[in-house]
Amino acid sequence: MTLVFGTFLLSMMVLVAIAIVREHNLFVAVMLSAIFSLLMATNLFLLDAADVALTEAAIGAGISTVLALGALALTAEAEQRHRPKYRWLSIAIMVLALVALLYSTQDNPRIGDPEAPVHQHVAPWYLEQTPILIDIPNVVTAVLGSFRGYDTFGEVLVILTAGIGVLFLLSAGRNDLLPNPRRIPDNTIRLRQHTIPHVIGKLLAPFIILFGLYVQFHGEYGPGGGFQAGALIAAGVILYGLVEGERPSLALVPPNLLYGLSLGGVLLYGGVGIASMLLGGNFLDYSVLMTDPIAGQHWGLLLIELGVGMTVTGVLLSIYHAFAARDPH
Amino acid sequence: MEILGLFNYWVFVLLLMTGLFAIIHKSNLIKKLIGLSIFQSAVFLFYVTLDKIDEGTAPIIRDTDLVDQIYANPLPQVLILTAIVVGIATTALALAVIVRIKEEYGTIEESEMRELDRYLS
Repeated sequence: MTLVFGTFLLSMMVLVAIAIVREHNLFVAVMLSAIFSLLMATNLFLLDAADVALTEAAIGAGISTVLALGALALTAEAEQRHRPKYRWLSIAIMVLALVALLYSTQDNPRIGDPEAPVHQHVAPWYLEQTPILIDIPNVVTAVLGSFRGYDTFGEVLVILTAGIGVLFLLSAGRNDLLPNPRRIPDNTIRLRQHTIPHVIGKLLAPFIILFGLYVQFHGEYGPGGGFQAGALIAAGVILYGLVEGERPSLALVPPNLLYGLSLGGVLLYGGVGIASMLLGGNFLDYSVLMTDPIAGQHWGLLLIELGVGMTVTGVLLSIYHAFAARDPH
Repeated sequence: MEILGLFNYWVFVLLLMTGLFAIIHKSNLIKKLIGLSIFQSAVFLFYVTLDKIDEGTAPIIRDTDLVDQIYANPLPQVLILTAIVVGIATTALALAVIVRIKEEYGTIEESEMRELDRYLS
């Protein structure tokens, strides 16, 4: 049954992807990519990747659609029809690569094959040692936060860097990175005229933020963690902003708080690493934080997940406001 | 049903090529970016497909006494989880660059930008 369902969803994904590429109206293309992300999230869930599915649903279907629509409002609604040179050459290259890649898939192990090389190396060690060394149920969180804490720190820095880049690019010609909420004219487009989206959006926003906080602090026990929580909380506040307008939304979470969240999260993460060094361990070795190594791991994970959540929330919200504040000429 | 054992990989290849086609063939920058994110999603699908194991479940060990329970491989999941969030941050950066291009050139079509460049130089 799962196989049939998965096959159906994957076929739908291919059809949606082809429809996205063929579509000339960019608004429709962005909406179709939201559907594509939702299908992808369902597929990831079928493949037993609950954490990844949650992330894809919050980010792919939620935030990236809003950001792409924000960019469309500042650029163009439709793609221009043109006949590129070398059209047949690019199609020929596609077909050749397609055939070569399809041929190479023959050598891949069948899906779910327990003998596949990927299941032989370090993965069994992580599954075995997580209950002993870290003692939290979610192995994904354990690998993300503790065993591979270095990598995750790097990813958080990448997100912060991208956020800084967007703020600098989109604040060109202005004195401040994000506008002061008091200086935004209160006539921005909003959904107040549309009663049903307005009422439902306002009702949903606090519950989305509450769910985000649950995902943040329950990430060690169920699917979730700082990345998903940050995306969910940002989505809740963005929904509030879409319904009520830019000014109340920026007044609720002012720019200085956003900068504080983005930088504070990275500093908290790095600070935990430095603290564990000062206590005699390696960078991001949480075992030394408390006298009991397992309690130390729990505290370390809680703190770094909080740091990740803060940075992701701050950066995603700053990016959204940067797009919203740009004046369409 | 044995024939469907490689179906995920075929979909991965088809999505990869659809995305690549949009990147090299389309002239509109936003369309190129959407193509890039389809390409990226295809890679995510490939990695997560690797984690699946027969009779397995999500790698959340609720009860350590269940020794027979098989869990999916957590490693590809960790890689892709962070990759999705980094992906949206870099996509946002690309969108910001496109917005600035539109403001300076007045267009987001690559062919028109090339003509403008030729005209100006």
